[in-house]
Amino acid sequence: MRHLLSTRDLDLDTAIRLLDVAEDMADTQQREVKKLPTLRGKTVVNLFFEDSTRTRISFEAAAKRLSADVINFSAKGSSVSKGESLKDTAQTLQAMGADAVVIRHPASGAPQTLATSGWIDAGILNAGDGTHEHPTQALLDAFTIRKRVHGAGSRGKSLDGLAVTIVGDILHSRVARSNVWLLTTLGATVTLVAPPTLVPVDTRNWPVTIGYDLDDALASGPDVVMMLRIQGERMRDAFFPNSREYSRRWGLDDGRLHRLEPTTIVMHPGPMNRGLEISAAAADSPMSTVREQVTNGVSVRMAALYLLLSGDREN
Amino acid sequence: MTNTYLISGAALPDGTRTDIVLKDGLIAELGTGLSAAGAQRIDADGLVALPGLVDLHTHLREPGYEQSETVLTGTQAAAAGGFTAVFAMANTSPVADTAGVVEQELSLGEQAGYATVQPIGAVTVGLAGEQLAELGAMASSRARVRVFSDDGACVWDPVLMRRALEYVKSFDGVIAQHAQEPRLTVGAQMNEGAVSGELGLTGWPAVAEESIIARDVLLAEHVGSSLHICHVSTAGSVDVLRWAKARGIRVTAEVTPHHLLLDEELVRSFDARYKVNPPLRRPEDVLALREALADGTIDIVATDHAPHPVESKDCEWDAAANGMVGLESALSVVHASVVESGQLDWTDIARVLSSEPARIGRITSHGQGIVAGAPGQVTLYDPSASREFGTADLTGKGVNSPFFGRTLPGRVIATFHNGFATVLDGELRPTEDVARFAAEQRMGARV
Repeated sequence: MRHLLSTRDLDLDTAIRLLDVAEDMADTQQREVKKLPTLRGKTVVNLFFEDSTRTRISFEAAAKRLSADVINFSAKGSSVSKGESLKDTAQTLQAMGADAVVIRHPASGAPQTLATSGWIDAGILNAGDGTHEHPTQALLDAFTIRKRVHGAGSRGKSLDGLAVTIVGDILHSRVARSNVWLLTTLGATVTLVAPPTLVPVDTRNWPVTIGYDLDDALASGPDVVMMLRIQGERMRDAFFPNSREYSRRWGLDDGRLHRLEPTTIVMHPGPMNRGLEISAAAADSPMSTVREQVTNGVSVRMAALYLLLSGDREN
Repeated sequence: MTNTYLISGAALPDGTRTDIVLKDGLIAELGTGLSAAGAQRIDADGLVALPGLVDLHTHLREPGYEQSETVLTGTQAAAAGGFTAVFAMANTSPVADTAGVVEQELSLGEQAGYATVQPIGAVTVGLAGEQLAELGAMASSRARVRVFSDDGACVWDPVLMRRALEYVKSFDGVIAQHAQEPRLTVGAQMNEGAVSGELGLTGWPAVAEESIIARDVLLAEHVGSSLHICHVSTAGSVDVLRWAKARGIRVTAEVTPHHLLLDEELVRSFDARYKVNPPLRRPEDVLALREALADGTIDIVATDHAPHPVESKDCEWDAAANGMVGLESALSVVHASVVESGQLDWTDIARVLSSEPARIGRITSHGQGIVAGAPGQVTLYDPSASREFGTADLTGKGVNSPFFGRTLPGRVIATFHNGFATVLDGELRPTEDVARFAAEQRMGARV
């Protein structure tokens, strides 16, 4: 794998291979000594133009457990805040000999620009770009679902036949986009539920069903309900009247939680707004995979870094 | 150096073969078997002689943004593309909102000599959309401004737009509107639709253009004035314009070459050379624009030539500047999009790229066609040529062309501005020669 930019261009075999390697990585994390020598001598740069402590430390843990050298480059307080361009930053990292760059950027497409620009030879790993994609989040979500459903027999399995409902701000969500492509590639059926204002105006090419009524969607008995973080400030742009109305109509509250089958998997990419899109009871229930998602994130990111940096680099 | 040219065996837009004598700044004579003493002979066998092209929408960037383009380099790009007149948009620094600035631009154009530079005045002070600029002073200045535009920004305030339309009636002016509802396009990065939804780029909905055009044609009707719509980009805008014209409203409209050839699918590359405002639209919009140009709903082609420094495009999509250079490629792109399809012939090209833009812009030294006694504005074009478009084809400062790597038909072989060659054998004439001729001509005019 040369780069990991999106789940849109992952085929089924590659996706399953990533998840299977992540299973191997997860196994190693059960040992007393979690560190592997695999990426000794490789340099991984975490290039973060947006604050995201959770994602950054997950990548940092993944790289360190593979024995890579990790450099954290935060745009805040660096030359970037003094007007340095993405190009100059990339060329600086190239000059320092970065083998992989994990990039988080507020502009959709910035990782692709980095990968195709010729500014840098390193493998590029998209850690979230604007409202475009967040491929490792979708991979860890798929891994978590597969693990819950197939347990120790997960290797080689797809998500055939599973129904996944994703709820919330689809319009601004890179998590939703990456999950739509990856989960459908893996054979799941995806339903999106959101206020009409928070769905892109034209979704003709999306392999999904779209609904506006959460109760209808939950009544159909989905295997997975994934709640997305809603940003309270969206109400200022009239996407919805206020957070109370949003919560009433699109939040996973206690009443809705109790109507779910007990085998339903409840997911949230974090950080959660408890009481807004998800109730405390839902977040903390045994159905919730919120903490497993965090654990699995490290395994999935180890797998991505491993496939990016070991063996032959395709061009 | 001779200033008399004998062009032999050229085909006029209607297909008639003729010789053309250019002398004393004019088209002196047409006919077959012509001779002219001391003339420089140009064999135009196989070439089409078009009236010098006129661009109603050019960003020359001077004064203020000389790192992007100057009047000299911008008019060199114009000449290379077969243009003999360009209308310079007002978004310079300082903004062209006073008589002083428009006269400065006029003078710079006269000194360079590559093309007639006709300044466009700003509608509002500083393009801020709050207070009318001194439209009358610009109209009465030596630059004789008749076209006013806040291009880059929309004259959004309906009262201000109404007053501007009314006010310019006193000197037969026209308001050229950049139709973009600002609230509907906050942070917009590309056309809003299927592709923007997938890429997660903030959308620029077609309705933001169409609603302003609808409002403004009704305002133009109400006050009985002339309105021009810049860079029409959507099928819905075409419908509104068709309705307005059928109603007898005095509205004209332009389309850019890039909107006739390129569509939003290109944005999937996140290559900032495809970032432009208004954005590239859907393939069905491209087809509607071609049809509208063919049936006259859209009157003209204008380039919206928008040079930028390299660093403004060599970056992530959101950070990139909007705009594309277009003067050098315009004729070939129009050729590829609507001539090869059979929708327009060379007579139509002479209309949409010369006579109509000159008429809309109220200039008489251009757009008269290739007739004896007309000013010597002629472009010789080889329609059978074909080339892979590259940086070597650009002569302005900007290299932000979306057409690199594309094979485009045709090639400008020669351009004559006021009877003097600015391009010969496909090559730009030296800066000093062109400037010297322009100076001599000004002296002669003064005697």
